[in-house]
Amino acid sequence: MPPQLPDGVPLFAYLLVSAVLFVLGVAGFLFRKNLITVFMSIELMLNAVNLSFVAFSYRWGKVDGHLFTFFVMVVAAAEAAVGLAIILTVFKNRSTLIVDDVDSLKL
Amino acid sequence: MLDAALFSLFAFIAIACGIVMVTQKHPIASALSLIGVMGSLAILYLLLGAAFIAAAQLIVYAGAIMVLFLFVIMLLNAGQEPPARRTSLLAKLLGIPLLIVLTGALSFVVMLAFGHGTVVKFGTGTPGSAEDVGRALFTTYLLPFEITSVLVLIAILGAVVLARKEMD
Amino acid sequence: MNFFLLSLLKLGLVAFVFLTALAYLQWIERKVIAHVQVRVGPNRVGPHGLLQPLVDTIKLLTKEDLVPSYVNRFFYLLAPVLSVSTALVSIAVIPFGPEIEIFGIRTYMQLTDLNIGVLVLLAASGLGVYGVALAGWSSNNKYALLGGLRASAQMISYELPLALAIATPLLLYNTLSLRGIVEAQQGYFFGFLARWGVFSLFGLLFIAFIIFLICAFAETNRIPFDLPEAENELVAGFHTEYSSMKFAAFFMAEYANMVNICCLATHLFLGGWLPPFPAAYGSQYIPALVFAAGGALCLFHGTVNLYRARDKYTLPAFGVVFLLIAGLHLAPPLMPVLVPLFWFLAKTGFLLFVYIWVRATLPRFRYDQLMHFAWGWMFPVSIVNLFAVGLLVALFF
Repeated sequence: MPPQLPDGVPLFAYLLVSAVLFVLGVAGFLFRKNLITVFMSIELMLNAVNLSFVAFSYRWGKVDGHLFTFFVMVVAAAEAAVGLAIILTVFKNRSTLIVDDVDSLKL
Repeated sequence: MLDAALFSLFAFIAIACGIVMVTQKHPIASALSLIGVMGSLAILYLLLGAAFIAAAQLIVYAGAIMVLFLFVIMLLNAGQEPPARRTSLLAKLLGIPLLIVLTGALSFVVMLAFGHGTVVKFGTGTPGSAEDVGRALFTTYLLPFEITSVLVLIAILGAVVLARKEMD
Repeated sequence: MNFFLLSLLKLGLVAFVFLTALAYLQWIERKVIAHVQVRVGPNRVGPHGLLQPLVDTIKLLTKEDLVPSYVNRFFYLLAPVLSVSTALVSIAVIPFGPEIEIFGIRTYMQLTDLNIGVLVLLAASGLGVYGVALAGWSSNNKYALLGGLRASAQMISYELPLALAIATPLLLYNTLSLRGIVEAQQGYFFGFLARWGVFSLFGLLFIAFIIFLICAFAETNRIPFDLPEAENELVAGFHTEYSSMKFAAFFMAEYANMVNICCLATHLFLGGWLPPFPAAYGSQYIPALVFAAGGALCLFHGTVNLYRARDKYTLPAFGVVFLLIAGLHLAPPLMPVLVPLFWFLAKTGFLLFVYIWVRATLPRFRYDQLMHFAWGWMFPVSIVNLFAVGLLVALFF
């Protein structure tokens, strides 16, 4: 008799996925050298947190978690726009995207 | 049973794309795997009943923010990362095990708090439609909504000023 | 009937019809542009060139599948896949008619009725940018890179007024599901004028329709907005380095995008499958009349008024086929299925004809004119339009 797969997914599975994605984002943020990849790891962390919000919104049956996700998306959009403009300026001034080389205030 | 199959598939794709994103050398490959993460997260939102948030994730995050990332990578012609000059053996020895410890600690706390909790079945995630989100957005959360519009305006102005050519 | 089996059947039917329609849309485009330019167009392969798409497909399939050595291989092969899959996925949420009953099976004439249908279409067109950008970048060719970046910048710039022009009629219909949008346009003003989107709100939504059409032209990279892929400007833009089936994939993606946007315009503004005047005045016999007139015309020009010798057998054959279709439209069990389908296809076909007509007529925008048009004109106009319609709906409805 094959094992009966559960009907539905336990909620902590979603939270586990969110935790793993968050840790992957932290790893990318700490280990990578390219400025843009570091920035993308931040976006990965934000996505992991979004998944947590939506999972908890399901748990309590309210829509407030979705609203928080929405606001996180808006803030991430604004942050991506300004952050990428800053990256462009850094590249224009120092001609490098390696984080280790942007290490002094003086050009 | 279809719930568990779909969840397993897309959670696996999300985590695999996340690992690829953090380990790939070329920024375009990282950007594409991040788009893969966002796409599979959109499916996970759909499984949790958040239809509007799933669509917003695809339209805003995967369809606009990541396009911006891709543009900047293509414009700056960011190639592969050169191999690191000052590698630290201590960082490698301590880093990866500490990450696993962090993951384990988070998972332990999560299982402790929610191990015997709710079960997510597809189709029972109400409220989640555009109507519910819109109603809450314009009544309870009206002030944050207006403030985020001002925030986006500030971001637009900032980006335009920063990326402008020098006026000589 | 089993839900999965029915869905598979519908999927097979829709996929077959859609892909054939894409191929023949190319034939229609070549013939219409040719006749606008007072020439004939393809007419050698089969009667009136009707087998041309088949022959073109065979040619593209059997061409040498070249992958240049200097391209970034993985992304080069991924780009057409992304382009085609995002373009083809939208057909799943587009309804073709009301709920029908054939052989005792009740089903919607739609693959799936999501309650966020419009957002799925927007998401698919947003994700279509990646195919273009990656194709341009991975080709390792400065013309392709420029074309790809320009095309994707154009697509995301015009997505904003497009979304605002879509939001404007949604203020009236109060639903995001495409079936709900068409059903909200039922009924008639003053007893005879259809309650379509373009006629609603004293014609104010017509401005939104025009904005939508202009942004649709820009989204699908068609003339007058096709500088990024114009042949005499940038070699061939982002698909310079592509050949045979990969090029055919981009081609198919462009036509599929066109069809999707025209279907969306039909549902939002032109009332979907609803007839323009009430059935009480005989609107359900119009399809049969149209096909019968076409059949009679073909028969007349094929027998009595024969102009070219090679039309001696083909035109009467077409005439007989059209008369048969007219007869089908009069059969009572098929009428509730075919008549709404006819109205939907007629309206979408008319919009596609406008697309091809504009391509044959207008010159193209220069790139900076195009971007200034998007951000300086389309975006403010669509915001003011949305504001005005919102004010009217809030005050009077």
